[in-house]
Amino acid sequence: MERKEWPLWEVFIRSRNGLDHKHCGSVHAPDAKLALQTARDVYTRRMEGVSIWVVKASDIVASDPDAKPELFDPAEDKIYRHPTFYQLPEEVNHM
Amino acid sequence: MYTQSLSIPDAEAKGPKKVENAEYLAEFNAKIDAGGFIEPKDWMPEAYRKTLVRQISQHAHSEIVGMLPEGNWITRAPSLKRKAILLAKVQDEGGHGLYLYAAAETLGVSRDELYEALLDGRAKYSSIFNYPTLNWADIGVIGWLVDGAAIMNQIPLCKCSYGPYARAMIRVCKEESFHQRQGYDLLLAMMRGTTEQREMVQDAVNRWWWPSIMMFGPHDRDSVHTESTRWGIKRISNDELRQKFVDATVKQAEVLGVTLPDPDLKWNEARGHYDFGAIDWDEFWNVVGGHGQCNVERIAARRKAWEDGAWVREAALEHARKRAARDKQAA
Repeated sequence: MERKEWPLWEVFIRSRNGLDHKHCGSVHAPDAKLALQTARDVYTRRMEGVSIWVVKASDIVASDPDAKPELFDPAEDKIYRHPTFYQLPEEVNHM
Repeated sequence: MYTQSLSIPDAEAKGPKKVENAEYLAEFNAKIDAGGFIEPKDWMPEAYRKTLVRQISQHAHSEIVGMLPEGNWITRAPSLKRKAILLAKVQDEGGHGLYLYAAAETLGVSRDELYEALLDGRAKYSSIFNYPTLNWADIGVIGWLVDGAAIMNQIPLCKCSYGPYARAMIRVCKEESFHQRQGYDLLLAMMRGTTEQREMVQDAVNRWWWPSIMMFGPHDRDSVHTESTRWGIKRISNDELRQKFVDATVKQAEVLGVTLPDPDLKWNEARGHYDFGAIDWDEFWNVVGGHGQCNVERIAARRKAWEDGAWVREAALEHARKRAARDKQAA
């Protein structure tokens, strides 16, 4: 029997208003409608979501983990971006 | 628990580089030793990837096959409440299988490949599911003992080194607790019933106790998977998990009013644990090797579901293709 696999979709769920959509796993489905329904069935059996996003895995563009140094290095030595870099008098230190 | 296999589904790795490299390996080992996580596109030794594909997929197969012995009693639950509870539990098991297949697929294997390995016997599933469910008491005992043993194994896996597997386990553990509680609750109801019901419970315990403690796998001295420990996949040994399970269960049995069928089961003050009798490893290997009471039936059921569902899978794809073509024309 020739195998025809359903495409892979990644699932993102906002569990309640105020929070971000979070990645929670993936589903296989032939189209967007079934992807949403399947994501609901698999990932929200206990009301864990107010909003579901499904994205075809092939549409996701990801950074290369090997390029971590080049991609993120410049941010590492800019310590003046952190509040703790600045020493202030005790009376105003709550800033 | 899910690593009984003589061979692994062989798949072309997509994603992590296949190149073995001493520098990458040193970096990888350092990450593991520091208690860090490995994610899907990170470099990993081929042996790490292979052992995870085997373990995660066999764990997934166990969940799906595990739906069968309990599914057997859905139409014969004694009340609507118990039927709804059993439906929810079996549905959860299906969901757990899906989380785990999704995690396994991040390692570069397809669902079809994993499923084919199950159907042709290259991949195993937990041997416990090769036992039959003879009556309603079995449903309670499965929840109490079998899910109880699974929980013991799954909690440390929440911290295993492979990110997708650990995260899937966290989801599973949140849902698994109700599985054990509903089983125990069911047994409490029966134990507070008639003499015949109490005897049914005791009989079920007599049949499921030893297979449940066999779920933890061979004794440490007879185990082969030492890389699983080195790579932070297996954090607690078979014997340690088994001992924890026995220690926890003895009290539960007392409260229930059943006897665990082991004359050698007794508290050892010096060790601070319960001693228990010798396990019949011949039975274990016999069942793992395909000669349990339900092995043939379980795989036949899975094969039938796969083959009978083929037209649905194909029709859904064709329907999606036609609709996409129609939308494109209309645009």
